Amino acid sequence: MIENVDLSLVDWSRAQFALTAIYHWLFVPLTLGLSFILAFMETIYVRTGDEVWKRITRFWMTLFGINFAIGIATGIILEFEFGTNWSNYSWFVGDIFGAPLAIEGILAFFLESTFVAVMFFGWNKVGKKFHLTSTWLVAVGANMSALWILVANAWMENPVGMHFNPDTARNEMDNFRSVIFNPVAISKFTHTVTSGFLLASLFVIGISAWYLIRHREENLAKKSILIAGIFGLVSSVLVALTGDTSARIISKVEPIKFASMEALYDGKDNAGLTVIGIVSETGEKIGEKSRYDVKMKIQIPNMLSLMTTGKGEGFVPGIKDFIYGNPSKKILSVSEMIERGKYARKVLTDYKMSKEIGDKETAAALAAKFSDRDFVDNYFSYFGYSYFSAPWQVIPSVPVIFYSFRIMVGLGFFFILLCAVALWLYKRDKLVKNRWFLWVALLSIPLSYIASEMGWIVCEMGRQPWIIQNLMPVNVAVSNITSSSVQVTFFLFALLFTGLLVAEVSIMVRQIKNGPKHKED
Amino acid sequence: MATPGRVIKKVFMFYYDGFRTLSTWGRQAWIIILIKLFIMFAILRIFFFHDFLKTKFSNDSERSNYVIEQLTGNK
Repeated sequence: MIENVDLSLVDWSRAQFALTAIYHWLFVPLTLGLSFILAFMETIYVRTGDEVWKRITRFWMTLFGINFAIGIATGIILEFEFGTNWSNYSWFVGDIFGAPLAIEGILAFFLESTFVAVMFFGWNKVGKKFHLTSTWLVAVGANMSALWILVANAWMENPVGMHFNPDTARNEMDNFRSVIFNPVAISKFTHTVTSGFLLASLFVIGISAWYLIRHREENLAKKSILIAGIFGLVSSVLVALTGDTSARIISKVEPIKFASMEALYDGKDNAGLTVIGIVSETGEKIGEKSRYDVKMKIQIPNMLSLMTTGKGEGFVPGIKDFIYGNPSKKILSVSEMIERGKYARKVLTDYKMSKEIGDKETAAALAAKFSDRDFVDNYFSYFGYSYFSAPWQVIPSVPVIFYSFRIMVGLGFFFILLCAVALWLYKRDKLVKNRWFLWVALLSIPLSYIASEMGWIVCEMGRQPWIIQNLMPVNVAVSNITSSSVQVTFFLFALLFTGLLVAEVSIMVRQIKNGPKHKED
Repeated sequence: MATPGRVIKKVFMFYYDGFRTLSTWGRQAWIIILIKLFIMFAILRIFFFHDFLKTKFSNDSERSNYVIEQLTGNK
């Protein structure tokens, strides 16, 4: 029974999924961004006929190839985990999750077996324009591939376009358009891919900076910094803009996550945006959860209200407004949501019982409720709350989300500056002289990965305890298996992925050291 | 005009030449890909990652009943 679920099993299953997703995400953003940088470089080559650009393109294509090869199929392991560790969830989501993932799988297969092959095998074998088209198709295809994964992920945060079938215990898609154009999906896709563009730009700038530090490949390095600097600057601004949109949507669909990002417990008018601060326990408890306060903070007055509501004096609800409810702002308490969820669950239980005893009339009446808009909106949409015994259980880890969010945003603004300075120094031909900048650019490569992973930590830790917002908490989603089996595979994955990462870094470092002059590039 | 047979041969030769002339990093990458796929599909998938519902139940009706039991908390 769900109530007796082994918490260590849930924790290990979550840890395993987090480990796999974090490692998988080390490979993906570079592919998303570098593919476009290659397309830009090759376009210049085809348009100008300048062989230098071909050489530059081929060098970065080598690094793209290494990353692509090592990262390929690492995401499939996540799908293994769904079927084994998260079977209740996998069944419950039905075709909503399956359809986008199937599209992604088919797209990725055709992309990888055709156009990637042309990219690598096709130099001097196919026409320049056909090769260039293949490079562009890889870039577009890789990013479209990400779209489907993010659509599925977004649905978990904002489940739309479906109805629940009480006979099969599955959600069935009835509006594909709503699923695709889910506001969370759009903001998540744009924010995620632009962050990938930025990471790849910083990767190119950083490696190029290393060449300039070593007084090698100056021409390649400077030209690469120009392309990556422009792409990175545009992307970094887009990352900030899409991040802002994303936060505004989160404030509506996952309000407790949003309040946790700000460690805002008491809702207020004229709420300021905390730029930086230290989270510390106040000693007060909300149920069994500690309450935190932000000390030594630097705030921008009214900014949070302005960004969230469009008005500087607007009301921004805090965690306690959601936990205890705030009737004046029409916010239901979690206790009320728990009651509504329990009612929805009781209807499902009664339906199952009436079917079992052959009471067709009652069964039909209860089944009809799952198609009734009033029942769905006011009761079934809180179904997942029925598994909580106390309101505080829906509060995620506030310090983790608060700090992860600030690291991500802080680095994001730093990257805007970095790309701008790179272009400014390029224009004045002062890149080589400013060695401090070259070192900063080189050290920014790991920082870009940290920022990218922090984004996912904010997203996924912030949504806890939900696997599907309001409908299914993680402890209900997990399979009835032993935690020891999950522990074994956790360590197997840790070994496998660490091995892959070491292989990637060592092959890549060797290719970078060899440089583009090497015959193998 | 290219016949289907010639197109297939050309495509085959394109891949064949590509793999035959792989660079050192390309060979290493392919070795890693093959080892990785072997570990994933021949070891992890077969020995560790059985589809829980497909393994325990023979049809969708049984799977549905099981998940409803899990959701409603009734054995």
